[in-house]
Amino acid sequence: MRAFTYERAGDAKAAVKAAASTPGARFIAGGTNLLDLMKLEIETPAHLIDVSRLNMATIEATLDGGLRIGAATSNSTVAADPQVRARYPVLSQAIVAGGSPQLRNKASVGGNLLQRTRCAYFYDTSKPCNKRAPRTGCSALEGLNRNAAIFGATDHCIATHTSDMAVALTALGANVETLMPSGQSRTLPMLVLHRLPGETPEIETCLETGELITAVVLPPPPPGGQIYRKVRDRASYAGGLASVAVAGRQVALGMVAHKPWRASAVETALASGASPAEAIAVELEGASPLGRNDFKLPLVARLAAAAISEANGRGA
Amino acid sequence: MSSVHDWTPNNPVKENRSGLIGKPVDRYEGPLKVTGTAPYAYEVQPPSPPAYGVMVGAAIAAGRITGVDIAEAEATPGVLVVWTHLNAPPQAPRGTKAHPRSSAGSRPALESDRIFFFGQPVALVVGETLEAATAGAHRVKLTYAADTPDVDFRASLDRAVSPSGEEDIEVGDFVRGFTSSPIQVDETWETPIQNHCQMEPCASTVWFEGEKCIAHTSIQMVKPAQHGLAETLGLPRDDVHLLTRYIGGGFGGKGQTYDDLILAALAAKALGRPVKVAYTRQQMMHGTIHRPATVMQVRLGAEKDGRLNAFSMMTWTHCHREGNFTEHASNFARALYAAPNRLTGHRLVKLDLPGAGPMRAPGEASGTLALECAMDELAEKLGLDPVELRIRNEPETDPENGRPFSMRQLVRCLREGAQQFGWDRRLPTPGLVREGRWLVGMGMATAIRGNFLLPAKCSFTVDADGVITVRQGMTDIGTGTYTVLAQIAAETLGVPLGHVKVEIGDSEFPPAPGSGGQFGAATAGSAALAAGQNLRTAIAELATGDEASPLFGGRPVDVTFQDGVIAIENRSETLASLISRAAPEGLTVEGEIKPAQDAREWSQQTYGGHYCEVGVDPVTGEVRVRRMLGVFAAGRILNAKTARSQLTGGMIWGIGSALTEGNAVDTRYGSLINQDLAQYLAPVQADIGDLDAIMLDEVDDKANPMGVKGVGELGNSGAGAAVANAIYNACGVRVRDYPITPDKLLAGLIAKGL
Repeated sequence: MRAFTYERAGDAKAAVKAAASTPGARFIAGGTNLLDLMKLEIETPAHLIDVSRLNMATIEATLDGGLRIGAATSNSTVAADPQVRARYPVLSQAIVAGGSPQLRNKASVGGNLLQRTRCAYFYDTSKPCNKRAPRTGCSALEGLNRNAAIFGATDHCIATHTSDMAVALTALGANVETLMPSGQSRTLPMLVLHRLPGETPEIETCLETGELITAVVLPPPPPGGQIYRKVRDRASYAGGLASVAVAGRQVALGMVAHKPWRASAVETALASGASPAEAIAVELEGASPLGRNDFKLPLVARLAAAAISEANGRGA
Repeated sequence: MSSVHDWTPNNPVKENRSGLIGKPVDRYEGPLKVTGTAPYAYEVQPPSPPAYGVMVGAAIAAGRITGVDIAEAEATPGVLVVWTHLNAPPQAPRGTKAHPRSSAGSRPALESDRIFFFGQPVALVVGETLEAATAGAHRVKLTYAADTPDVDFRASLDRAVSPSGEEDIEVGDFVRGFTSSPIQVDETWETPIQNHCQMEPCASTVWFEGEKCIAHTSIQMVKPAQHGLAETLGLPRDDVHLLTRYIGGGFGGKGQTYDDLILAALAAKALGRPVKVAYTRQQMMHGTIHRPATVMQVRLGAEKDGRLNAFSMMTWTHCHREGNFTEHASNFARALYAAPNRLTGHRLVKLDLPGAGPMRAPGEASGTLALECAMDELAEKLGLDPVELRIRNEPETDPENGRPFSMRQLVRCLREGAQQFGWDRRLPTPGLVREGRWLVGMGMATAIRGNFLLPAKCSFTVDADGVITVRQGMTDIGTGTYTVLAQIAAETLGVPLGHVKVEIGDSEFPPAPGSGGQFGAATAGSAALAAGQNLRTAIAELATGDEASPLFGGRPVDVTFQDGVIAIENRSETLASLISRAAPEGLTVEGEIKPAQDAREWSQQTYGGHYCEVGVDPVTGEVRVRRMLGVFAAGRILNAKTARSQLTGGMIWGIGSALTEGNAVDTRYGSLINQDLAQYLAPVQADIGDLDAIMLDEVDDKANPMGVKGVGELGNSGAGAAVANAIYNACGVRVRDYPITPDKLLAGLIAKGL
């Protein structure tokens, strides 16, 4: 771990100002991902700004019937919140499908969105990785890439985004509120927060330097059932092989791309009367598996069809 | 002792008058561990402030170090010293045994510019703090001339040869027996590299007191560690005092020392202050040994009534280029099922991978994943219940060499397990039971693991308070050694458990072989029993010869020991009063156990039957264990709680082998893909359903004077096969390439139209 300096921000405005003006600064909240990465020197921030006590940990109803979740709220708190459980069960289910109880107690909502990939080559600092060390190459491309992306990958990076919570938020059409160093706030749809890898996989979101996620805002839940299903090698504390979040006719897929994957082709097909199986087949026409991860096509097809059917009351 | 028959007279463990033997006594050191106050090797407080060493692992799998730049590392604040092969202190050449009876030779660290495996320690950075040393370690810059690593096991099978000094064992004519059999199974199974993943990584804290090296390390076997360190440093063996008091898991992976011990000692010597060195979690994966991958071909030829005519099991496996370890996955099968025509053997290929070595139930753990599934396949072909198939092939004597069994209750284990598990509810046709989204199935498998007794010594001291102190160069790797030694001592001397102290893990105590091969409790415990019996004799002689004792003038053999009181009929006094008066400095005696010369005239094994129920999600290929029961016969059980924990722990290992555990080699780099516990998936609580282990009453008089046998590895043997067989029964898909992950199972489900 590199030596770093640390400050506890007094308020959000001070935090973003400090982040924009201090070279190598990073925000830290729960630290469940960042500290691991710092120990391996995958992340080497010169300065940490603690945003875990900025009074951003409330969950409140919005005027339009939605819910505003403060970015510093712990994952456990969100998953257990009565309003979330009653009206957004897909979000609660997704959160408890991720990490372990210890991690969820510590991890924040904002940090969950910004967690980095679990690609094994990203973690092995002896090997090339464009995401960790830009323009060194992608070891996973010809490597043991069983869990690589099937949508939107490039030769520069085939890693996936591994947040469960973000998949549910994407299906729910959530927005992310941020505070920019200028002091202005802005609202970003989940769809645009994360980027595809392109030629710069080290840039994972559209956030500006020093920009701070302050809240996640859920619109009123769409009509229809909700469900989150995640497939993983062991029953707990394991990254997914694939996941699906369904909120009525809104569908998102997880662990299949560099970002939570809104299955818009599925939604269009369902709207025009296709069966769940037919709809997911349309989405998968755009997939590009690499060999070792070919199984994700039938897995996603079966998983998504079952989950959409179940959420919409047609049985598994 | 020269014969097992010398063990048949009664002894205090067999008599078990106070009932301590077998009792589910809580762990002796449990309170220390659960309160975080048991000092593991890295946490031992040295006499003065320590420095911290961090190792750097090689970034290639084969080749040479061509360039070393340690300037930036040395300039890192707080860094005290940086060593590579260029400037490491001199050590005795590898394998040196200056003392001819050393149980291990020199194993120098930072030996040369040669790289033998990925992750091999190639530099040490010592700093004032762990953080400073870690920062310095990241700044060591090495350049390499890399050779193309020869690491592809699957592509090397045709190069594999019989291990040195070994030949295939054939009884009868296997090929003729097999080809003439009306029912045949001929299938091949594969298992991956597995890592031990002990909770406590390898770690050492070392300092010098004058010329004497005080070394605390995490190790299963004390003497080889002491001797190996002394040989490497060129010290007289008595100048190394090696201690290993608390150990956070070994599983075979700590049967040898690693560079943490050598480098901590070298640095402590060079710096003149205590030094701590530990492997990081990531370094454990490559830097220590692993269970090697296997390919196993099983051929079974049977009559239509299920009796085996012919049986063969051939194993291909790998070890390190410079190593000689063989995963003997076919060995256990030699003693298991009757068949007149038999062929077993192994093929080994040497690769540029880290060292292969023993891991919990070496041989059985891998081998049963093949043979016990082959038996399941044969049962299906025969239309026979898998339990019945095994019973029909139960041999009268050891099927390979005809030796009588010392004790064999396999059939009883299988029957008892079937009854308690509800095996009669299993439907033989796969895929018929559905509960919600799950297809449900049951599977079973046999467990077998050899039983061993090694030479060991032990000392018992009784002090003026009547407290018994057990001292032995034994280890407790989390298994319960402390506890069972205390039980044996208390039972033997007739004192309450609270009057026994156990001190182990010390090279200056009477030597014991340590923990491994599930021989620990039987070996260490038998030596303790001998010491206890000798102390009883000494106490009895002291009392009956002491004019001040109420027992004076009696016969020593008539003295009884109970509740801290010694007595001859109605004449008695407390042990404390005798010792405080007649031997105020205390009384110390030794005892020892040696294997009986005739012990191998019997085939000695431990046995069990595993029963498992799984759910398979036919949509995703996910498998979840719902419940699992093992019934075991392993001699007298010393402690029902620690033995059960050992057995269920082994069963959990089997579940991991079947479903999640494995480490793939990236053949481009010669490195393993999974380098932490988020990637290498050992089972977690949620993977384990309703789990139980039952131990049958048994005493094996051929095993040792106590009639106990080992349980540390037995639970692992066969457990994974029971899971795999349950998966087949649930959904009709057999995956012969472990672990059975959703991607592999899904392919089979799709092929079946599910």
